[in-house]
Amino acid sequence: MKKVLMPLLIVLLLALLPYIGVQYAGLSYLFGVIIPYTAFAVLTFGFLLRLVDWIRRPVPFRIPTTCGQEKSLDWIKHNRFENPSHSWEVVVRMLLEVLFFRSLFRNTKAELHKDANLAYGSHKWLWLGGLVFHWSFLVIVLRHSRFFFVMIPGFAEFITHVDSFFEITLPAFYTTDALILAAITFLVVRRLTDAKMRLISLQTDYFPLFLIAAIVVVGVLLRYVVRLNIMPVKDQMLRLVNFSFDAPGEIGALFYVHLFLVSVLALYFPFSKLMHAGAIFLSPTRNLCNNSRQKRHVNPWNADIKFRTYSEYEDDYREKMKKANLPVEKE
Amino acid sequence: MSKYLPDLSELKKEFDEKPSVLKGDYSPREWWDLPVEYRDGNWCFSGKPEVLDDLGFANPRKWAATDQDWQLPAGWQKIISDGLQSRLKKYRSLKLFLDACVRCGACADKCHFFLGTGDPKNMPVVRAELLRSVYRNDFPLVEKILKGFSGSRKLTEEVIKEWHMYFHQCTECRRCSVFCPFGIDTAEITIMVRELLHLIGVNNNWILGPVSNCNRTGNHLGIEPHTLVQNINSLVEDIEDLTGVAVEPTFNRKGAEVLFITPSGDVFGDPGVYTMMGYLLLFHHIGLDYTISTYASEGGNFGLFTSNDMMKKLNAKMYHEAKRLGVKWILGGECGHMWRVVHQYMSTMNGPADFLEQPVSPITGTRFSNAAATKMVHIAEFTADLIHHKKLKLDPKRNDHLRTTFHDSCNVARGMGMFEEPRYVLRNVCNSFHEMPENTIREKTFCCGSGSGLNAEEYMDIRMRGGFPRAHAVRYVKERHKVDSLVTICAIDRASLPPLMKYWNPGVSVYGLHELVGNALVMQGEKKRTTDLRENTMAGFEDGGDDEE
Repeated sequence: MKKVLMPLLIVLLLALLPYIGVQYAGLSYLFGVIIPYTAFAVLTFGFLLRLVDWIRRPVPFRIPTTCGQEKSLDWIKHNRFENPSHSWEVVVRMLLEVLFFRSLFRNTKAELHKDANLAYGSHKWLWLGGLVFHWSFLVIVLRHSRFFFVMIPGFAEFITHVDSFFEITLPAFYTTDALILAAITFLVVRRLTDAKMRLISLQTDYFPLFLIAAIVVVGVLLRYVVRLNIMPVKDQMLRLVNFSFDAPGEIGALFYVHLFLVSVLALYFPFSKLMHAGAIFLSPTRNLCNNSRQKRHVNPWNADIKFRTYSEYEDDYREKMKKANLPVEKE
Repeated sequence: MSKYLPDLSELKKEFDEKPSVLKGDYSPREWWDLPVEYRDGNWCFSGKPEVLDDLGFANPRKWAATDQDWQLPAGWQKIISDGLQSRLKKYRSLKLFLDACVRCGACADKCHFFLGTGDPKNMPVVRAELLRSVYRNDFPLVEKILKGFSGSRKLTEEVIKEWHMYFHQCTECRRCSVFCPFGIDTAEITIMVRELLHLIGVNNNWILGPVSNCNRTGNHLGIEPHTLVQNINSLVEDIEDLTGVAVEPTFNRKGAEVLFITPSGDVFGDPGVYTMMGYLLLFHHIGLDYTISTYASEGGNFGLFTSNDMMKKLNAKMYHEAKRLGVKWILGGECGHMWRVVHQYMSTMNGPADFLEQPVSPITGTRFSNAAATKMVHIAEFTADLIHHKKLKLDPKRNDHLRTTFHDSCNVARGMGMFEEPRYVLRNVCNSFHEMPENTIREKTFCCGSGSGLNAEEYMDIRMRGGFPRAHAVRYVKERHKVDSLVTICAIDRASLPPLMKYWNPGVSVYGLHELVGNALVMQGEKKRTTDLRENTMAGFEDGGDDEE
């Protein structure tokens, strides 16, 4: 249980830090200016560096995992997006992976029953949970763009409008707030209740889930419970996007908790498994055409290997070959 | 029963009674606290010192996995650590696959070894963590500060023992990679760890023996040129006895149009030889101008299971020989990992093969544009094209004594995507064909449990467990459709599935696709055929007085 409680504790402590800092030590400049700037610098450069670090490493072989019929004879139906042979087919395959989690959609669950009986069932829960989580996260981030522009951009208006479709609270309730919390709950619960998941999960798997949950919970509190005055918040955000180092105005300490946890997430991102956000685009088993027999793939460091040549072979076996009436190069 | 294998009833009892995470029992311990236990049946004999000497491999010595002291060379930690560093620089795949995993668990119950052993370290995610945990400790930044946070650990001799065990309980079949949202391919990781283990002399003789043979004689079985010719000629005699037709293969013949390369198991092993007879009949039937090489006499490539350098070294013979003989293109026999190498690696490693021509079927005129660079065609593509153009005289009734199902070999399935061609051929040569359940075929196919060089007798326990999901799917069609014949296009399958069937599904025999083609081919000038290539009586063709075998 340590691996669940530790990250939970860390998140709680992290949440407490800015609250105390701002409320009792007047550190609003630290938490409102210095840390956010640092965090987003680290996120931006860290993310880019990690990407560059991956990209500069060569891809010596063309090794796509083929999940459908290859392109071969004309009359055999080619499964373009599970086994692409053109770049545009790869693009579609990648879009299906990135936007719709195609591979997770394949998921099955294996069960071992009495008398050595194996059963496989369709098991789309992880796919659904993951999809809801990531899409909600994206919508929430985009929704927040209203804080970073003087004029609220059209897409943010639109997303906000759709997201608050169920106008059941005041201010209007955002569907994604509920969805993301439900999805996180599911993702945590499955790590705890499935024997396999419990074994493979590390602290570093629980931590980001708890951290994001905390960010959402505090955000929800700010919006629906504390009813934070958002004008000074927007002022501060506009200052940040304009690279101003002016001190923030009077904002409730709970806001700093929200902002600090987001900063922690940004700081943590490039050093952790969260980099899967970049890695998914680069995976050589998914982003290459399966056409290595058709078009030669070049390995930049193709190792220089000495192999045993035919003449060395014939030198060893010449007499035996002659006896077996095999043609030889040298008599 | 072999001392390397428990009784089936014992194994089933273990499946029923032993708690395992597969069945939902929580593990009382973290995976890194679980001990590594070598016992009869779960380790392969180590590489013989003379074999290592022959290959110039590190640390030749006599040792066994059950030894307390593995006699690792001085400074082995540094060798591993440097080896890992250099591979991380050379392979984006390795670096990415170590970094990207989120432990979502999609792969966890996809591995046949996990399904057959219930051992948590056989979940692909944990298999990769075995390396990842060491990698994290060696390299990165923040997580080192948060030690324990991300499951890092030190590289100890215990870890090496664990690597040896679990990277030899992976057949590089890539089933997990199909389900992974990032396409993380455990095969890539296994390939790299096996390379690393070779640097300190931790190895498997069932892989290195064939590698050394192949280097010397040109094939895994170590068949010298004259013996290879003798063997094939004895198959030619068998064919004449059975069909009355004299096929005439040639060897090392310059100027042939096509060089034919198949795994040496087809020349030597039962039931592979019947597949070979099928090829010979087919080539005779269509009058193909082909030759077989005694030098490039191996389609398979155990180098793939050793190191990428060794794979290249062994594979190089194919092009070298094709060039020497002056053929136009190469035709490859039925084999799984051979085709992974040919399809995904060969032209990159040993090409460009610009001395060859783009393959064109001399019978149908079909241009194999999908093989334009590699210039090597798979026999199933070749035969499917012949059948499609109605160039073969086939009598599928001659296979009416068989009720078949088809096993997709991992490498052809997930490293190539060849699903329809063999099925098309099978449907045309055989009237009874039933698919195994959907989750166990095509890209979701299960490994035979003995791929990637694990086909050793002393490894029988693990092999029968690893093959359990495949065997279970066969059992399903056996019970439902009375299937008694498992058809494959892989030489390792032909060697490993018979014992698997004998253990789990007695009464099911294993066939190569082209053996069935050979049965069905109506040859010009043939005598009345009453038996198939195995001399089993064919249903509806019995001779009046013939006694049944």
